[in-house]
Amino acid sequence: MYYKYFKMEQYIFYSLSTVAVFSALMMVISKKPIHSLLYLLLCFFTLAGHYILLNAQFLAIVHIIVYAGAIMVLFLFTVMLLNLNIKGEMQKPLVARIVAVVAGGLLLVALVGLLKGMDSSTGIMQTDNQIGLMKNISNTLFNEYVLPFEVASVLFLTAMVGAVMLGKDESKV
Amino acid sequence: MPINNYIVLSSLLFVIGLVGVLVKRNALVVFMSIELMLNSVNLLFAAFSVYHNNASGQIMVIFIMVVAAAEVAAGLAILVLTYRTNHSIDINLLNTLKH
Repeated sequence: MYYKYFKMEQYIFYSLSTVAVFSALMMVISKKPIHSLLYLLLCFFTLAGHYILLNAQFLAIVHIIVYAGAIMVLFLFTVMLLNLNIKGEMQKPLVARIVAVVAGGLLLVALVGLLKGMDSSTGIMQTDNQIGLMKNISNTLFNEYVLPFEVASVLFLTAMVGAVMLGKDESKV
Repeated sequence: MPINNYIVLSSLLFVIGLVGVLVKRNALVVFMSIELMLNSVNLLFAAFSVYHNNASGQIMVIFIMVVAAAEVAAGLAILVLTYRTNHSIDINLLNTLKH
């Protein structure tokens, strides 16, 4: 039962991962902020696909609503509001960029190198799990994590008040 | 699907985000890279939550999303304010904060 779907699941995983890594790279590489933004959006959609692959359906929907719906629109408004077509591309000096890439590559080697001793046959994940469904998620959220859930609302209120306070033009008040 | 694949993918995305933070001078793109790093961690949390058959990991993902949304709202407000005073969102101009 498990091996029947293994092949197709693997194909989906690898194609989604390829698109995710490609769009993340293009986000860093592209020069215009709006292009970076659209590539980031593509990356977020592939991550939603990964959540569906993990059978975390609630998470996939929330991910699309929060990121594609709210955060991306916020970014898009900022890109449109700020006139970013400044002459001359802002770039760090070449040495700084090379050092950054080398440091990132070393971190990647360190992170992936941790897996070297691990047998690849261990750690196979069950695909037909039920914990990602809304019923189980909300059971955990409203039983064990009620207090953090309520504190999160205070955090949102603080962020909202802060954003409004910062956004106000004080010269015109 | 082995858990190793998810670890490698999350590491890749995290490192790309980190390099984006270090390389870019546009503060908006730096914010986007931070979002990418948060999302790679989210993916790993979800994968391990499925692996251990424990829903707490997915709850943590929801809280990370909450913090990310609040951070973006406040951060972009600060960015607009910076643009209003400097007419630029170059990250190097933000060192005037220390004077």
